[in-house]
Amino acid sequence: MNFLEIENLQKRFALTTAVAHVQLEVTRGEFVSLLGPSGCGKTTTLRIIAGFESPSSGAIRLDGVDITHRPPHQRNVGMVFQSYALFPNMTVAENVGFGLKVAKKPAADIKQRVEEMLNLIKLPALGNRYPYQLSGGQQQRVALARALAIRPQVLLLDEPLSALDAKIRVSLRLEIRSIQRELGITTIYVTHDQEEALSLSDRIVVMSEGRVEQIGSPFEIYNFPRTSFVASFVGTLNVLRGRVADPARGAIVIDDQEIVASRGLEHARVGDAYSVAIRPEIVSLSWARLSGSVCASRTTPSRWTRSITRGSYCRSGGRR
Amino acid sequence: MKPRRLGAWLVIVFGVLYFFVPLLGTFEFSLRLLRGVYSVAAYRIVLADPRFAATVTYSTVLALATIVMGVALVVPTAYWIQLRLPRMRPVVEFITLLPLVIPAIVLVFGYLRIYNSSSALPLTGSARTTDLLLMFSYVTLALPYMYRAVDNGLRAIDVRTLTEAAQSLGAGWSTILLRVILPNVRVAVLSGAFLTFAIVIGEFTMASLLDRPAFGPYLQLIGANRAYEPAALSIISFAITWACMGLIQIFTRGVPGQVAGAH
Ligand SMILES: Nc1ncnc2c1ncn2[C@@H]1O[C@H](COP(=O)(O)OP(=O)(O)OP(=O)(O)O)[C@@H](O)[C@H]1O
Ligand SMILES: [Mg+2]
Repeated sequence: MNFLEIENLQKRFALTTAVAHVQLEVTRGEFVSLLGPSGCGKTTTLRIIAGFESPSSGAIRLDGVDITHRPPHQRNVGMVFQSYALFPNMTVAENVGFGLKVAKKPAADIKQRVEEMLNLIKLPALGNRYPYQLSGGQQQRVALARALAIRPQVLLLDEPLSALDAKIRVSLRLEIRSIQRELGITTIYVTHDQEEALSLSDRIVVMSEGRVEQIGSPFEIYNFPRTSFVASFVGTLNVLRGRVADPARGAIVIDDQEIVASRGLEHARVGDAYSVAIRPEIVSLSWARLSGSVCASRTTPSRWTRSITRGSYCRSGGRR
Repeated sequence: MKPRRLGAWLVIVFGVLYFFVPLLGTFEFSLRLLRGVYSVAAYRIVLADPRFAATVTYSTVLALATIVMGVALVVPTAYWIQLRLPRMRPVVEFITLLPLVIPAIVLVFGYLRIYNSSSALPLTGSARTTDLLLMFSYVTLALPYMYRAVDNGLRAIDVRTLTEAAQSLGAGWSTILLRVILPNVRVAVLSGAFLTFAIVIGEFTMASLLDRPAFGPYLQLIGANRAYEPAALSIISFAITWACMGLIQIFTRGVPGQVAGAH
């Protein structure tokens, strides 16, 4: 059964429609990322789930209960912000215990839970420090502990790593994921960083201009993008224009070379204009003409004019 | 020395002279009650006067009440403006500046017309309710300073995100205001409070026209009838005000992550 249901969510502001017809079902313990370019409505969607914004239409159900009109402090939803948002006047321990204190839990229980949380984020000795005495990464871990201390039903994170530098970003995201697995907490994670989304998520929701473009596992999103937006937004692609030669076989001719798709082309006719998108990491340059496999280079060598190294592959530009 | 440095120094020297010469003159004069020798006789006379203690106590209590009322009024208002009604800010700023533009005498005559003993709300009918009226009028007088101090303090913290973080942890409005917002603008509130104190302790017009036994009218009474004692009183009220400023400095120092509102 679905634990969190977002049904036909819409949010209009005076000038823009920030969220349009967003539909999403999340199962218990699932890690779902909202991925998309700036301004596509990720934060707005998350804020509606948290209760900071009310939707223009649509509904949010949590564990079968409609919480669309519940105020944020009655939702039992943990939130982690990009700017950490720790309370500057409180120590780390007081920050983590804040939600429990508000809920009037006994002092002994609060103390024990705070210790448990500080151990979880591997900062057991920093309870008496103030937020300004911590590094950015430590502050964000405390913010995570604070959000988790109240045992929320859902954990919401809005670009929690954007303010950190690259190295900590990678180590902390792995830590967030392992804590999430350990607690089995249902999590919605907003990011505009595709690598983050691909490496962390059970499922990714790719959004554009307020709409959901595609929902799927990282594998599906990366290898079988359903729209051209998803194809171009996630990963890097070489887009080649050609014409269909044989729909049944999936053969397309580009500049006299034949490329065969992994599946046949439905609804295509011979001579139709088609675009072929090829992930750079499956391309290898070769002088030989290999029959039946993808070969993206022409037989005459082109002159390389630029080359940018991006981790696992090389981006090169040629001029003929 | 470079000419620009010299210019800066000249300005500073001029400022110091402008400020301290009259003060030193007053101080020197206050010591000359006894012919031919410097003495603190004038201070002794002033401090021995029971009306001094009574009026200072009255004004201090009134100042504290004004501060409590002012904080209770201004902090939630400034908070809400910042959080939900940022477009209202110019309007509210204009309103809070009005007491600087409208003379106190105009305000107090307005009060007397609206709250006189034959009106619907006869606040001037008894001494206690007149005290109340005086307290509210002091809140108004101090509003420009209190509002600016608190507003600056609120701008220095991320009000919206802190509020949302507290909300998501289950806190309602009163908890957010008392446990999250107020402690984080403590220094700003304190500096607003001390400015309020400095204004109330020496205020004359309203206290006099509402006929209340405050320190300001006492100062004026002594000033009109004695020679050396008023100078001593001026120095004492300066000392009180400076003590307030010193307290601001002490409270401002060593508080992590906080910015004072007004200086
Ligand atoms: N309070 C608001 N009033 C008016 N428009 C808003 C408001 N909040 C967001 N918007 C608009 O809604 C759209 C979606 O904003 P949102 O913050 O959800 O984007 P986002 O996907 O989180 O982008 P980013 O990656 O830059 O954070 C934007 O066009 C934004 O300008
Ligand atoms: Mg955002």
